[in-house]
Amino acid sequence: MISDALAGKRLAITGTTGFLGTALVERLLRCVPEVELVLLVRPGRRGAEQRIRREIIRNDVFDRLRDDMGTDEFERLCQERITGVAGDVGIDGLGLDDAGRELIAGCDIVVHSAAAVAFDNPLDTAVEVNLLGPVRLVEMLNDMGASPHFIAVSTCYVAGSRRGNAPEEPLADGPMYVPVSWQDEADASRRRRITTETESRDPARLEEFRSRARHELGAAGTPALAAKTEQLRSKWVHDQMVEAGRSRAASLGFPDAYAFTKALAETAVAEIKGDLKVSTVRPSIIESAYAEPFPGWIRGFRMAEPIIIGYGRGLLTDFPGIPQGVLDVIPVDLVAAAICAVAARGHDPDRPVIQVASGAINPFRLNQLVDLAHGWFSENPIYDDRDQPIPPPNWTYPGRGRVVRQLKRLRTGLNAGERVLGRLPIRGRQAEITADLDERRDQVERALGYVELYGAYTECEALFGVERLLELWDSLDDDDKELYCFDPRIIDWPHYVADIHLPTVVAQGRVKTAPSTRSGPSRKDRQRAQVLSPDRHMAAFDLENTVIAANVVMAYGWLATRRLPLDERARLVAKILLEAPSLLALDHRDRSDFLRHFYRRYEGAPVEQMAEDSGEMFSDLILTQAYPAAIRRVRQHRAAGHTTVLITGALDFIVEPLRPLFDHIVCAELAHSNGIYTGQLAEVPPTSESRAEVLRDFANAEGLLMSESVAYADSASDLALLEAVGYPVAVNPEPKLAMLARKRGWLIEYFDKAPGGPRKLLPIGARKAS
Amino acid sequence: MKDRVRPTPRPGMVLEVDRSTPPILFHHGEGFRTEKLPAGRSRVIYPAEPLLGLADPEGAIRRALLNPIDQDPLPAQLRPGMKLTIAFDDISLPLPPMRRPDIRQMVIEQVLEIAAAAGVDDVHVIAALALHRRMTEAELRHAVGDRTYDAFAPSGCLYNHDAEDPDGMVILGTTPHGEEVQFSKRAADSDLVVYVNINLVAMDGGHKSTATGLAGYQGLRHHHNVKTMQESRSFMDQHRSELHASNWRMGKVLRDAGVKIFQIETTVNNNTFGVDGPLAMLQKREWEWNAKDRAAFVAMTSGLKYAPPQMARQIFQSWRAPYELTSVQAGEVEAVHKVTTENVYAQHLVPVDGQTDILTMGLPYICPYNVNSVMNPILVMCLGLGYFFNLYRGRPLVREGGVVIMGHPTRWEFHPVHHPSYIDFFEQVLADTTDPVEIEAKYERQFAEDEWYIHLYRTSYAYHGVHPFYMWYWGAHALQHLGEVIIVGGDTRAVQRMGFRPASTLQDALEIASDTVGRQPTVTHLHNPPILMADVS
Repeated sequence: MISDALAGKRLAITGTTGFLGTALVERLLRCVPEVELVLLVRPGRRGAEQRIRREIIRNDVFDRLRDDMGTDEFERLCQERITGVAGDVGIDGLGLDDAGRELIAGCDIVVHSAAAVAFDNPLDTAVEVNLLGPVRLVEMLNDMGASPHFIAVSTCYVAGSRRGNAPEEPLADGPMYVPVSWQDEADASRRRRITTETESRDPARLEEFRSRARHELGAAGTPALAAKTEQLRSKWVHDQMVEAGRSRAASLGFPDAYAFTKALAETAVAEIKGDLKVSTVRPSIIESAYAEPFPGWIRGFRMAEPIIIGYGRGLLTDFPGIPQGVLDVIPVDLVAAAICAVAARGHDPDRPVIQVASGAINPFRLNQLVDLAHGWFSENPIYDDRDQPIPPPNWTYPGRGRVVRQLKRLRTGLNAGERVLGRLPIRGRQAEITADLDERRDQVERALGYVELYGAYTECEALFGVERLLELWDSLDDDDKELYCFDPRIIDWPHYVADIHLPTVVAQGRVKTAPSTRSGPSRKDRQRAQVLSPDRHMAAFDLENTVIAANVVMAYGWLATRRLPLDERARLVAKILLEAPSLLALDHRDRSDFLRHFYRRYEGAPVEQMAEDSGEMFSDLILTQAYPAAIRRVRQHRAAGHTTVLITGALDFIVEPLRPLFDHIVCAELAHSNGIYTGQLAEVPPTSESRAEVLRDFANAEGLLMSESVAYADSASDLALLEAVGYPVAVNPEPKLAMLARKRGWLIEYFDKAPGGPRKLLPIGARKAS
Repeated sequence: MKDRVRPTPRPGMVLEVDRSTPPILFHHGEGFRTEKLPAGRSRVIYPAEPLLGLADPEGAIRRALLNPIDQDPLPAQLRPGMKLTIAFDDISLPLPPMRRPDIRQMVIEQVLEIAAAAGVDDVHVIAALALHRRMTEAELRHAVGDRTYDAFAPSGCLYNHDAEDPDGMVILGTTPHGEEVQFSKRAADSDLVVYVNINLVAMDGGHKSTATGLAGYQGLRHHHNVKTMQESRSFMDQHRSELHASNWRMGKVLRDAGVKIFQIETTVNNNTFGVDGPLAMLQKREWEWNAKDRAAFVAMTSGLKYAPPQMARQIFQSWRAPYELTSVQAGEVEAVHKVTTENVYAQHLVPVDGQTDILTMGLPYICPYNVNSVMNPILVMCLGLGYFFNLYRGRPLVREGGVVIMGHPTRWEFHPVHHPSYIDFFEQVLADTTDPVEIEAKYERQFAEDEWYIHLYRTSYAYHGVHPFYMWYWGAHALQHLGEVIIVGGDTRAVQRMGFRPASTLQDALEIASDTVGRQPTVTHLHNPPILMADVS
């Protein structure tokens, strides 16, 4: 009787905030009356006890137990039988204090199930956790002179990417042994981290990151560029380390760094175990629960889920793999039960390894899964943004190389398209195309990632033997078989896939499984309501292309031509038009320089005349080029009690007529003497990142919170401003901002000029007879 | 002088449509439609042909100034050192704007000559635009002439009335009905106010010139409201117009407060499109079109079909009507206005026998509030249900519960400078409700007192924030009276936003109307412009 064998025992378990660990804790608490559990948990910010409470006990895996016992009784049970120990298998010394070490060493059984299971972990992360984690644990137990039954949870894929039988034997005894020194691998991975970090700081490389940041953000200002550059650098290091793991694993015949480091761990533990009694449990791909505690229980997004969702969304139009290839999947409850059985049985020196896998005796084939998924998604389609059901694709299982090539070609094309569009002077709804392209490219990236990462698994043709598992199964009495079922033969695959797994995955994937019901307000309406909520403090507006479709050059053209005779007007406008490209280029390089340079043209202009003409220009140019919806928005903010602020590089006399809209205007001012403008700036307007600073200073002075404020702008050069507030709004965004805004889920508004209103093609002033 | 020899103008008429009646011309914004009306139960009301203009307008004006009705001659009322204010009708009159010289220019120049001769040097010339948009320099020059403009504008003595100037407006008293009489301070302080009017329709002129033209929101709200408009049946008929009564009460308060007004009223004929020239066929009856008219019409309509709307608008907006002065009278307001009204009626009134089930109208490109501007959907409603519907005396042309079908492109278009509050009215107010009573109660004050709109009204060229409300109220009587309003050829969304039914053709509209008025309704078409006023028995 398993429950009897374990009753009164004290078990230490690592990795209990993980999928398998949580299931194991639940099974033990539910089925073994007197068991005591010591959980080694990373303390995080809240401490081990809190993490156990929030991340384990509150999980829905305990719903059944809680319902059976009642909440109070359940709480008491957890209180009595669970002890938390703060520690971390990923760091030397395990992060344990003396008490913690004592506690663990005093256990009868230690189940080590902590692992970095992501298939795209950086090499050193995988090494620290998967390889050195168990090594540290074993060393600690040896140091303490303890000799509990040590159950190491490994993976069937330690067999590597090979064909044929993979028996339940220690690696060193079998055909799967890879003769490399685990110490050397550990050292190499640490060194690799250091050299990669160093390499990433190479001047040429840093320059490359900087130029990529500039390309992505445009003239967003130094802090924003610096932050982006650093982000690109860390990402590069991360990618390099992932790649290092993948290539090292591949070089030794493993599908990925996870399997590779797990294999090293088995070898290492065997080497250093000393007197420790070590059993190894190797599950294959663990997926949602078959029956216990309830069908379909799953925790987190597991390995196969992204592929299944990607398939259902039509994202993965094809996938490499062998259609008849076995997909070795095992439900989590079977694995947990098998571990309990091994724990109850105790260490068996003749049978130190047990594999929990389905492929050898109840094979489930890739084409079976795809057929089942096709049928299921045909009946329960995922819906796209336009509320159309997405038809599941028909996979042809080409070679991995072909799929990768296709995806890479697509990516290249999309990149080129994006580059071209990025250079076109488009904005607003047209810029959405760029954002669409970007999204498409992201999808392709992701698909490529899946294919590269998981392709190896679906192509795997190893058959994992389960003789020992079945022996163990046969040794159980009927009660145990009822309570601790781990016989892979019971799995009815069509039932499991269609009725249990796919519904769970789709529910977990938070995808649209029905057309949106139009009852509630749309996301955009909700965002608008947030932005206009009386709780907001301040609304800051950029001027050009946010409130009006005009710029400083147009305003200058209008004012300069107003009092000129006809022929000179034409000449001046032609001159400005000819200069436009170089002005635009200067503007793109540095906004402040551009303004300083351009405003010199006002040298010699009479102050009074400018004021008078600006009043007329307000009607003839500014208002005709204005977006009525933008003006309405400013007014709505005012009505809601928000402080409204205009931040612009335009000159004070030009924005003067807009003053009634705003509580505060930050703009450029020209110096003048004797009623004549000198062409020098008296007040330099804030540009790019300094806009955020100016706004922050203003907010602080007025006692307003930036986090409760709204900012409207149209260009990536206003990124700092938009990022500085709690509620950024992209207005008629140019391509870069359109992409960023979409990615970050910002509210995007398209403001148009009044339909049917007069259009100003050239910035020519309404003629003033002098 | 060609006009002098044209035949005696024929009066307006009602045509019974039979099988031989040619398709009837419908104005349709910056374009036209020709429609076959159901034979046997349709009729078309045609306006009178243009009356002959006065042979010597300058002389007629001089005689009116020197021989006013119930007042001393103008020279006798002028003396050195006095304050003289000349106020004149704004850009909304006449429609379309007339060819140079504008009547106002001719009158004002003579008034100024007399004033100069009398040694009056404190003269202000004010465009009496109430809550309308300010007139631009070009528009002012067109109205008063370059000579007057150049003499008065630079020194700030010729300007647009500013009803929101806190120092420029006064309350002169209250009528027995509790209506505050708000007035331009300059005019109130003047020893004499000379008002120069162009009386295009029967609603214009009289005390309305000053009591409305030189007032502001505080005064106007007493008669520019839903109740007044619903009680004016119609506002074109002085004897049954509550709007008229209210203005007359205010006129008395003005008089009692010592405001002395020398009213100069003028009437023009129906010569909107010219007796010859490119648009002449528009004021001819269809069966009298000659080959040249037909060719010109076909050429024009096919040209317009391919012209972008903006260009078509520009072409039409540049049309200046060759109106001719048919009468001018000056003196005491009420006495003068009696004569004026007779002269207006002489041109406009067309006797019509009984009401109809369906009234059709083709709305032209212009109304009083979109000169040199965009005819937005709210103005379409106002022109059709406000102005055209109310062009009746006695009973409305269409029976109670009947249907109005009007044709107009009704594009979702607005002039951002002239009509900013219209945009918000359309986007926010009409999206909530189209009921005038509810609109008035819920939104009027907020728009009327809005600082931004006031800023735009005062410094830019925007109609006052409250103006779109008045447009909507103008149609309140019709909305109350009618069973259904259908717009043919309009932008579906814009038409629906206003609570009307869109139809793509007149046939569809008649089909839709059959739900309300049955399958064999009588149809009457108001062949306007040129303007006519139905005298319905």
